[in-house]
Amino acid sequence: MKRHSKAFWPLLIAALVFYAIVQGLIMTDMLGAYHTNTLIFIAINIILAVSLHLVIGITGQFSIGHAGFMAVGAYLSAIVTMKFDLPFVVAIIVGGLVAALAGLIVGIPSLRLRGDYLAIATLGFAEIIRIIFLNIDYVGGAAGMQVSKMTDWTYTFFFMLITILVIVNFTRSRHGIAALSIREDEIASDAMGINTTYYKVVAFVIGAFFAGVAGALFSHNFYIVLPSQFGFLKSVDILILVVLGGLGSLSGAIISAIFLTLVSTFLQDYPETRMIIYSLVLIIVMLYRPQGLMGTKEITDYFRGWTSKGGKDNGKDTIT
Amino acid sequence: MEIIQQILNGISVGSIYALIALGYTMVYGIIKLINFAHGDVFMLGAFIGFYAITQFQMNFFVALIFSMAITALIGVLIERIAYKRLRNATRIAALITAIGVSLLIEYGFIYIRGAQPEAYPDVFGRQSVSLFGATIDMKAVLILSVSVILMLLLQFIVHKTKTGKAMRAVSHDTEAAKLMGINVDNTISATFAIGSALAGAAGVIFGLYYTKIDPLMGVIPGLKAFVAAVLGGIGIIPGAMVGGLILGLVETFVSAIGFSLWRDAAAFIILILILIFRPSGIFGKNSREKV
Repeated sequence: MKRHSKAFWPLLIAALVFYAIVQGLIMTDMLGAYHTNTLIFIAINIILAVSLHLVIGITGQFSIGHAGFMAVGAYLSAIVTMKFDLPFVVAIIVGGLVAALAGLIVGIPSLRLRGDYLAIATLGFAEIIRIIFLNIDYVGGAAGMQVSKMTDWTYTFFFMLITILVIVNFTRSRHGIAALSIREDEIASDAMGINTTYYKVVAFVIGAFFAGVAGALFSHNFYIVLPSQFGFLKSVDILILVVLGGLGSLSGAIISAIFLTLVSTFLQDYPETRMIIYSLVLIIVMLYRPQGLMGTKEITDYFRGWTSKGGKDNGKDTIT
Repeated sequence: MEIIQQILNGISVGSIYALIALGYTMVYGIIKLINFAHGDVFMLGAFIGFYAITQFQMNFFVALIFSMAITALIGVLIERIAYKRLRNATRIAALITAIGVSLLIEYGFIYIRGAQPEAYPDVFGRQSVSLFGATIDMKAVLILSVSVILMLLLQFIVHKTKTGKAMRAVSHDTEAAKLMGINVDNTISATFAIGSALAGAAGVIFGLYYTKIDPLMGVIPGLKAFVAAVLGGIGIIPGAMVGGLILGLVETFVSAIGFSLWRDAAAFIILILILIFRPSGIFGKNSREKV
């Protein structure tokens, strides 16, 4: 497998051009605070979706506790900026690293479990993380912690870009192939001599790192960080991005993150309607198209047939 | 004699968990699905009981039976509409659907009636009896007797009736049960009906005990009841009862020694420990995984 696909450089340049245009619009005040905020939300949700995609879509480990790692990143970064007055970049990286550590602590025992049990264990760990923050007075307990707004378009965009690049490269590497083989058939890949526990933990830790980064960006966009922001519903919010896009499709996760963020921005004043729509999407997608909108295909797969006649099937299969 | 009082509190809470856990464990035993919507059936049961008592002036026990009947119906509807198509789907697809159904019930209900909580009518007042020097709330005695009666009834249904025999057969081997002429679809529906009725009863006595009900009340007890089911060994009926009682007692003691804010974490810590050290639960047998 090649290190980069043919579309790599054009897409990277397109992304940078997009960034420059938006930044230009923000600097010339042509893009208001509301729209800028929506773009920041989209980018944060893309980080979350792509990091969970690595765990569920690529490695096939069903985790429904992603909000727990986000909470770790949010709180730790808030401590770094608010209590130690260090720069925001340091805070984001500290948030990510501590979330990765939390991912390691959670992952090593729980990744021995499979399927439903793993899902429940990750949910349990996320709740424990939330209850721990709820009980620490240093970070404000249930009343939360004041945070000044530091997240802007530049930070969010570049961390989003780094997240996508790292996860795309991970997927294409030896480690990524091993992770894919675990998704396809864990027992068979174990029998082939792949250290399944090691690769599952690696994917989980990377996923947790970027969830922490997203948490740091999230908390510094809201002026306050509360334990109740990171409950089970937040995990479901992230899960639905991956499920709708297609379990195993990175571009699917990105597209559904953009689409669903826009939908929930429009439905901001009607939170119940938003949750009803979300739950119906989950049920209907699972009943009629359980592989998600994109399946395991990437958006580039659709264009491959145009450039070279009958693009090669990359041999990916649906998740079992 | 505070300790007797605490034990009794623990048993009351635990028997509510046990009643909900029974539904989880029966459904998991038969179709290997974690029915996330079960906690919301419990919530609906509490509200049906509430409306039956306040709007229709029903007697408490009539309301309890009424609520059980309606929740049984709701359980069957959920199974027929959402889960039936997923018999041959992947476990992840089934789990995501169950999460979706759970959210749909919660927020659909909030959409219809609003999110405000209700105060349960105090049908029995504040009666209490003295036993071995401890004051015992009559409500705790009531909860305990209702749960014991329902559990005995369940044991009778599962072990002495034809439906119960079919349920045991289907959970043991669905294919073989089908070949023996058992109507698998009806048996699964019956399982959902019985499990949901128990959750509905748990909802009514929960409302009586805690006096406050709201549309999101099912989430945490639902998760904890699941923990109880895993603790006892999922798929094993006596396991759910014992698991529920243990969980109730542990929670009450964690609160009693002054860590009430950590009470919710206790359940999840038990869950993680049991999953790591004995994933098949207290009563479970280890089974080998086949390719």
